Amino acid sequence: MTATPPPLVVEGLTTSIRLDGRLHHVVRDISFEIRAEETLALVGESGCGKSMTALSVTGLLPPIASVTSGRILVEGVDMVAASEKTREDLRGDRIGMIFQEPMTSLNPVLPIGFQVGEALMRHHGLSKKAARERARELLELVRVPAAAERLDAYPHQFSGGMRQRVMIALALACRPSVLIADEPTTALDVTIQAQVLALVADLQKREGLAVLLITHNLGVVASVADRVMVMYGGDVVESAPVKAFFDRPTHPYSQALLAAMPRIEGDGQLKPIPGQVPPLTEMPSGCRFQSRCPLRQEICDRLPEMTPVGGDPEHKVRCWARSE
Amino acid sequence: MFRFVIKRLLVAIPTLWAVLTTVFVLIRVVPGDPTIIILGDQASEAAREALREKLGLAKPILSQYFDFLWQVLHGDLGRSLATNRPIVDDVLSVLPFTIELTLASLLVGAVIGIPLGVLAAERRDGFADWFARIFSLAGVSFPAFVSGILLLMVFSVELRWFPVISTANTADPIERLRALVLPAINLGLLMVAYVTRVTRSGMLKALGEDYVRTARSKGLGRRLVVWRHAFPNVLVPIVTVVGLYLGVLIGNAVLTEIVFNRPGIGKLIVTALNQRDYTLLQGLMVITAFAIVLANILTDLTYGLVDPRVKTS
Amino acid sequence: MSASSSARRNTVASRALRSPGLAFGFVVVVVMIVAALIAPWASPFDPDAQDVMLVLSPPDTTHLFGTDAFGRDVFSRILWGARISLTVGFLATAVGVVIGTVIGVVAGYYGGVIDRLVVAATDVLLSFPQLIMGLLLVAVLGASLTNLVIAIAVTAVPAFVRLARGSTLAMRERDFVDACRSLGYSDLRIMFLHVLPNILDELVVMASLWLAAAIRTESTLAFIGLSVPPPTATWGGIVREGFDNLLDGPWLAVFPSLAILAVMIGLNLIGDGLRDASDPRAPQ
Repeated sequence: MTATPPPLVVEGLTTSIRLDGRLHHVVRDISFEIRAEETLALVGESGCGKSMTALSVTGLLPPIASVTSGRILVEGVDMVAASEKTREDLRGDRIGMIFQEPMTSLNPVLPIGFQVGEALMRHHGLSKKAARERARELLELVRVPAAAERLDAYPHQFSGGMRQRVMIALALACRPSVLIADEPTTALDVTIQAQVLALVADLQKREGLAVLLITHNLGVVASVADRVMVMYGGDVVESAPVKAFFDRPTHPYSQALLAAMPRIEGDGQLKPIPGQVPPLTEMPSGCRFQSRCPLRQEICDRLPEMTPVGGDPEHKVRCWARSE
Repeated sequence: MFRFVIKRLLVAIPTLWAVLTTVFVLIRVVPGDPTIIILGDQASEAAREALREKLGLAKPILSQYFDFLWQVLHGDLGRSLATNRPIVDDVLSVLPFTIELTLASLLVGAVIGIPLGVLAAERRDGFADWFARIFSLAGVSFPAFVSGILLLMVFSVELRWFPVISTANTADPIERLRALVLPAINLGLLMVAYVTRVTRSGMLKALGEDYVRTARSKGLGRRLVVWRHAFPNVLVPIVTVVGLYLGVLIGNAVLTEIVFNRPGIGKLIVTALNQRDYTLLQGLMVITAFAIVLANILTDLTYGLVDPRVKTS
Repeated sequence: MSASSSARRNTVASRALRSPGLAFGFVVVVVMIVAALIAPWASPFDPDAQDVMLVLSPPDTTHLFGTDAFGRDVFSRILWGARISLTVGFLATAVGVVIGTVIGVVAGYYGGVIDRLVVAATDVLLSFPQLIMGLLLVAVLGASLTNLVIAIAVTAVPAFVRLARGSTLAMRERDFVDACRSLGYSDLRIMFLHVLPNILDELVVMASLWLAAAIRTESTLAFIGLSVPPPTATWGGIVREGFDNLLDGPWLAVFPSLAILAVMIGLNLIGDGLRDASDPRAPQ
């Protein structure tokens, strides 16, 4: 039995920003893979490097940032080493992407049907008419009501939830194997959030998608993710199957994140994480969480390795205090 | 669309009325007896009285005002003092030249300004950006008569590529086009400057928008991202700038017509000034102000065409 | 409030100082102002002295910029012409800024009927092309220094009314105007000691650009023959003489054109530089 390689494999990815002539790592040496039908959730506060990871994978980094080392294999093709042309060919075809802001992510001056079908014209050489027909099917697939009549409508005529459905249709137009969803529900109402997540999960089953879900909402993680990676300051600090993560959060930062999360059965007390993510230029050497960590010791000035905990090889933590 | 036009025209009525009133007041209330301005201070009382009668100045001011409104409402701007011809005829005979010149200069502004602004935004601080900045600085700095004279000296007097004496008023289309080139460039310089500036800053903003990232996430190449996704969003500010500076453009058209000796509204204004043709001047004020009000309406209509968020139905 | 606004102004000043364009523009304009001031001593000839033996003579070492159709020294006339252009430009802009700002601040501050009337009036005035309005006013009032200033100032007023009104409206949204009211400050005091300083940056930027427009209008009117009457030298007037003798004495048009252009470029560089410095978000 030969296992097909996972649609997305990331090895030793490091992404850096150039500020005043100096390189600062915003993503440091992270590795992961996502199999078909699997959802990996990347969690952390804003500024922890999760969006930068997503942009690195799609090759949409802002001009000041660049991937400085590592490999990103999409269906076996290395996005980092590939030419810009190859990257463009993969983008939108093999990788789809949904963004946080459905209000601003669609072009206000182009009709919805055109925007959804455009990738098909680009990658599969469909005619305008065929792309339009396929766009209608896609809008029906994401359950936009009266899809046929809304092909010529513009984004401002859609609600936020509907626009995110349109974004999903747009991202899945070419039936990619990888879907990157960067905070796909953050800007939406709670009831709409659940609908959109259910839709993504449904399509994932149907299309066999590998989903990289970026979120700071642990409730979302609990309901849709298979595995969790916690990032802090550009490092992965904990990586675990979703059940193990919620049962035994081990890294002090993961524990702090969970303590800050509202729970129905809890005592109603939220514990905000003290302090803030330090600015890039003032990151401590070694473990970057040490400036806010209750378990800090001298050795933390050196960066710990990812080590398995609790006898589970899938559950790894990067912390001196937690390594047995 | 049709209803939008009607509505917009109705809204313009008070403005037009106010414009007419301003012209009327301006020409009558400013210090100085118009008959002295026209005839000079050596004129006899009898001559001035006759002129007053002819101009309708002997009537009470309010009845003059209503006469004036009534006439304009019927498309009558009165008769020229100097030639006694109907002013509307004089204006209509030269209007095509001014319109031709203005449209040609808008074309120059769009054809040069838009690509230059887009290129400057794409390669920020690159060569194109610096060129665009210097070019637009020159464009806003040159008074139209200065640039006109320099163009005339270089391309007509020295290089002899274009006629020194304008041949705009000819039936030969090639000659007419040749006579249009330099004036259109001269008038277009300012538009190039404004269009370049607004395109550049609009594109800088658009290229940073989320929807441009979405376009790139589809795997679209640079050309499609820039021209299909970013640029249409810059059309609204471009139309705004063109509409906003149309008044300046009309002012510059006057100078361009003088320098290149082209027939047109500008030349007519100068003639009216030199001959102290007081009614002609009044008529021309009305015409130019109406043109600007009309341009504002056209600008609003264009918004509806370039931005689906603007409702014109 | 005043502490933060003065701190802001300091950063604006320091940003402005680092802009080479602004510095260059400033130098050009200062040189022109100095030239205008020292014209009576610096000009080698009487600007109005005619010399029939030296009509339309090209530039040489005696007559740096040549002579005009009456044998007058063009260099001296340009120096003297700077006095007219700069005086009219500065005075007209100053008058336009003061009147426009006062009207705009009052309209924006009180709102209501006053505001709507002011807005309607500026709309109407803006329906006339600036140059044509200026032309008409000078033609009707008569060409003199005072009337030129009045005519050009009138064309500048609506723009400053709009700017000051808009900024005042925005200021009114902020809490501190209410705070001033609750402290019992008079309207006048709030408007001119509290609102005005906060919109000053924008006014200065626009004034520097309008200064360019005012000088351009003056030279344009002179070119059409509607500035201070001859023989007084004006830049636009000399360009006109050059234009009328384009084939025999092109230098006559070129040198005053360069003078006008230098001032325009200088003032536009200052205006753009100030705008970029006072709005760090604006793409430059």
